[in-house]
Amino acid sequence: MNPDPAKIHRRKQLSQRLVFALFTLMSAAIVLVLVVILGFIVVRGLPAINWGFLTKMPENGMTEGGIFPAIVGTFCLVLGSMIFAFPIGIMSGIYVNEYTNDGPVKRFMKTMTNNLAGIPSIVFGLFGMALFVNGLHFGDSILAGSLTLGLLVLPVVIRTTEESLKAIDNSFRIGSYALGATKLQTIRRVVLPMALPNIITGLILSIGRISGETAPILFTVAAYFLPKLPHSIFDQVMALPYHLYVISTSGTNIASSRKMAYGTALVLVLIVLALNLLANALRRYFGKKVKMN
Amino acid sequence: MAKDYVKKPKVMAKEVNLYYGDFHALKGITLSMEENHVVALIGPSGCGKSTFLRCFNRMNDLIPNTKVTGLVMVDGKDINDRGMNVDQLRKNIGMVFQKPNPFPKSIFENVAYGLRVNGVSDAKFIAERVERSLVQSALWEEVKDKLKKSAFELSGGQQQRLCIARALAIEPSIVLMDEPASALDPISTAKIEELIYELKSQYTIIIVTHNMQQAGRVSDKTAFFYMGELIEYDDTKIIFTNPKNTRTQNYVTGRFG
Repeated sequence: MNPDPAKIHRRKQLSQRLVFALFTLMSAAIVLVLVVILGFIVVRGLPAINWGFLTKMPENGMTEGGIFPAIVGTFCLVLGSMIFAFPIGIMSGIYVNEYTNDGPVKRFMKTMTNNLAGIPSIVFGLFGMALFVNGLHFGDSILAGSLTLGLLVLPVVIRTTEESLKAIDNSFRIGSYALGATKLQTIRRVVLPMALPNIITGLILSIGRISGETAPILFTVAAYFLPKLPHSIFDQVMALPYHLYVISTSGTNIASSRKMAYGTALVLVLIVLALNLLANALRRYFGKKVKMN
Repeated sequence: MAKDYVKKPKVMAKEVNLYYGDFHALKGITLSMEENHVVALIGPSGCGKSTFLRCFNRMNDLIPNTKVTGLVMVDGKDINDRGMNVDQLRKNIGMVFQKPNPFPKSIFENVAYGLRVNGVSDAKFIAERVERSLVQSALWEEVKDKLKKSAFELSGGQQQRLCIARALAIEPSIVLMDEPASALDPISTAKIEELIYELKSQYTIIIVTHNMQQAGRVSDKTAFFYMGELIEYDDTKIIFTNPKNTRTQNYVTGRFG
């Protein structure tokens, strides 16, 4: 006997609705978690934030004053690691995607990049201490910290570049070669401009990641308390994530630093958020300029 | 001095074999083409006609694990010779692809691209050449007021004519066309065919096509490929009315393929 079509229809409708409801619920849960975290930090941190908090040195055992040196320190570290990681990462991403055929070299590079990305950040910290701080005698310094953070973010930069280039249809490259363009000309004039919006987005997101990392700077640059600004790349600096850790766990008076801690957290979150928004804006700007559609 | 009654061949292939890894894609192809002729390459999918087309500007180099033996001569020069400058060769041999592939640049920059990568920087010269190429490809009237607009704003047929203009801008002597109209509507196709007819006086054109009527309409000579072999090569009129080989006859009359 044939099954009743109306019944089948009802059953199909039911499973449709169930799955749809489940997916909606899960997505909503994720948004909710984000809203709760952000809300929590904003509510607790906002009262701490004022002009002095952003521009003054920490005072009175880090229970009062501001976080200016930590903001400057984080800024220095982000800049330093960008200078180091972006050129190297972008070039090696171009190499992997444009200059190697599918084969052992490409596989090796990919495996290595993936493994590098999988190393825990505290291990990068230890390595940075061994190599940059002690081995090369940079000491605890912006230079050592930037190099360590740069290493950490390198695989992200390589992968971002590689994936962005991979997304460019081969017909554009072929079309360029057919006009007598060299490989370099093709990459520079056709492939890279097309891939740029995605590369930039990836890079800015990686900056967000650098600015929040604590473990790699722990042994390489971060100062517990240093109420002055750095003068050279061989100076130590305070940094936002480490400062947050310090005043939450081992400050002179943890209870009275609590307000400062939430304020610091809020500043850190706002910096990352601003970078993400910037990534979106730049992506849209370049997207329009390159006219991909 | 006695006059040469047989023109020197513009393009010549002799005993060309091509392998993709273990796959023997072209089997001992020998044929030659005269200057200012249109030669159509026809045959069922996978017969090697597009592969053969790519032999003339060494685009097969870009496919890994490819090996070519035999001789391919363009203007009397062995193009697979070690000393051959491939970029220079490709500048001299324009190519138009199956799917229009304009760059994500303005209409003007698309046509100027080939000049720029070949070291031309004189703005006036470039502007003149861009206009001339667009006129040649019968696109000028449609785009002259929006040269700065993105090439992606053009229709598929216009994009393909833009790609032809792009190829003509660097003044090649040979134009290779790989099913240039297969992704286009009938009106655009007719325009492309008309264009091929116009271009014949100045260029040697080799066109791969699946469309029998198209081959019949535009070409002087036709080569029929089957399973990597050149089955028959003759005047188009003969191929379509009185072919010597039965396989050719079956194919052109639509009995297989």
